[in-house]
Amino acid sequence: MRAGRRWLVGHLGLVYLFLYGPILVLVALSFNKSGLPTAWSGFSLEWYGRMLRNQAIIASVGNTLIVAAASTLIATTLGTLLALGLDRLRPGPLLEGFVFVPMIIPDIVLAIALLSFFTLIGMTLGLHSIILAHAVFNIAFVCAVVRTRLRHFDRSIIEASIDLGASEFTTFRRVTLPAIFPGVLAGALLAFTLSVDEFIIAYFTSGAGRASTTFPMQIYAMIRFGVTPEINAVATIVLGFSFLLILLSQRLNRDATP
Amino acid sequence: MTSETKTVVEIVGATKRFGAVTAVDDLSLAIRENEFFALLGPSGCGKTTLLRMIAGFERPDAGRILLDGRDITDLRPNRRPINMMFQSYALFPHLSVHGNVAYGLEMEGVRGAELKRRVEEALAMVRLEDFARRRPHLLSGGQRQRVALARALVKRPRLLLLDEPLAALDKKLRTQMQLELKRLQHETGITFLVVTHDQEEALAMADRIALLNAGRIAQLGTPRALYERPASRFVADFIGVMNFFEGRLTSAAAGVAEIEVEGLGRLRGDAGGSGGSDGGLPGSAPVVGAAATLAVRPERVRLSLEPPQESLPNGLSGVVLDITYLGQDLMVHVGLAGGRAPLIARLGAGSEVAAALAEGAVVWCRWAAEDARILME
Repeated sequence: MRAGRRWLVGHLGLVYLFLYGPILVLVALSFNKSGLPTAWSGFSLEWYGRMLRNQAIIASVGNTLIVAAASTLIATTLGTLLALGLDRLRPGPLLEGFVFVPMIIPDIVLAIALLSFFTLIGMTLGLHSIILAHAVFNIAFVCAVVRTRLRHFDRSIIEASIDLGASEFTTFRRVTLPAIFPGVLAGALLAFTLSVDEFIIAYFTSGAGRASTTFPMQIYAMIRFGVTPEINAVATIVLGFSFLLILLSQRLNRDATP
Repeated sequence: MTSETKTVVEIVGATKRFGAVTAVDDLSLAIRENEFFALLGPSGCGKTTLLRMIAGFERPDAGRILLDGRDITDLRPNRRPINMMFQSYALFPHLSVHGNVAYGLEMEGVRGAELKRRVEEALAMVRLEDFARRRPHLLSGGQRQRVALARALVKRPRLLLLDEPLAALDKKLRTQMQLELKRLQHETGITFLVVTHDQEEALAMADRIALLNAGRIAQLGTPRALYERPASRFVADFIGVMNFFEGRLTSAAAGVAEIEVEGLGRLRGDAGGSGGSDGGLPGSAPVVGAAATLAVRPERVRLSLEPPQESLPNGLSGVVLDITYLGQDLMVHVGLAGGRAPLIARLGAGSEVAAALAEGAVVWCRWAAEDARILME
């Protein structure tokens, strides 16, 4: 019994080491003075400073935030309405399954499809096309998160609200939306996170100009000249940020289930 | 009760179909002012559909619904002065108890001090003053139900609809809430319409009961009328425990009818018609020779260990198969001739006969003709 338990703990430790070892190395190296990945030469914030002075990085972060915010807004609105509609109409499993296809379809396929489509309709490429492309898969993710929330949702509270004299609109504003709001927010956070570090689709749909380079694209461009400690610093910040968002989204979903 | 009985809600020939199923079938019903009315029936009898039609959540395919004489069939539910207590209580999870109760008043435009006063009044009525700030998920089942009640009552509706109000509570709490509901109905003077599948609940609470079967009213009357004068085999079977004897009608005269039961001889029962609104035998015309059923309640059956001195009607002999102790009473199953279902008799546990009863003993069962009921098929 005790031996079995020890094995389990050991196994757990190995899995965590496998998952987080490389990440820890990266975080440590971002504070390394020398900038060489082979030797530790003391703590320094030098690379963080350099990163902040790099105009290309700053511009790409700005682009990414614009794309993430806009696509999240679109996806959260449409995804929530989609979830509510699916919940009410209950179409067949096939039709419902199609809603979630953008979630599982390989990014590269979606990227090619979107690029072909944008070209076909003669749309110019730029930040706006990345926003639309990100909204496509994010709608599916938001919808999935809100649907989970709706599964625990007692529909009779909508009737109760109407019974108490509220109109349909007031009912949506004062009962339905607040009741599912934690799910909506969790969906929005997930969408934002996914958009921030999405690379393939953004790369395909950004067009040729440097003006619409997003943050992951910028890193990809820099990495072609080798992994500099500057990139480690950038990655560490992104890591912390994503971690925070995921934690927040999980927390919201947990609190929401009474 | 005074003779001044104004009708609050009238349902005129209402019909509702869901696909091939007719949930409510050309049903008419009038509910009186200040009455505690129960819609009783097995699941699928149409009682909930009827309730939802009155609330406005279902539209009848045919027929009208009148409130105080005004046609409200096409009025949306949020415009009807009718409120409902949902089976799941349907409390708003993101609002406090106070917020839940205030919601309906806010929709009416009640604000400020008056809002506060009326919410507090309603919470006091259901004894939840101390829970105003709590969220619903922190309340017990009974407390949640009282919030739901307060939320509906605070709007002072013309009619309060209650959908299976006690179904989610445990037995002890249920009995307590039955009294509570009656008290609230009495205090507020609001007409209550409760839907239930539990006949005991309906008998205990309601002034009048409509027993529904397959979308129609099987019988409408006071609890006593339904229990003691069931109009059909369905009613007799649904309400309480009943012994049935199937046979053929041999005579029906002067309030007493007689049927011939194979293997048991002739049994007598009340043919109705003697004082009371129900005239004569229920069901089809009482033709001699037609199939008929005699129904008698277990508590009306008298048991004795000695054969009767004289030959009285309704005397049957049998063997005690089983004695169930129910505390105050004993439930005795008596096996009769002819391999039929055992006769059930209920008698006080403290009675002389009860003390002498034993399984396997031979007993004589009888009942007075007026205690049994003859039902035509």
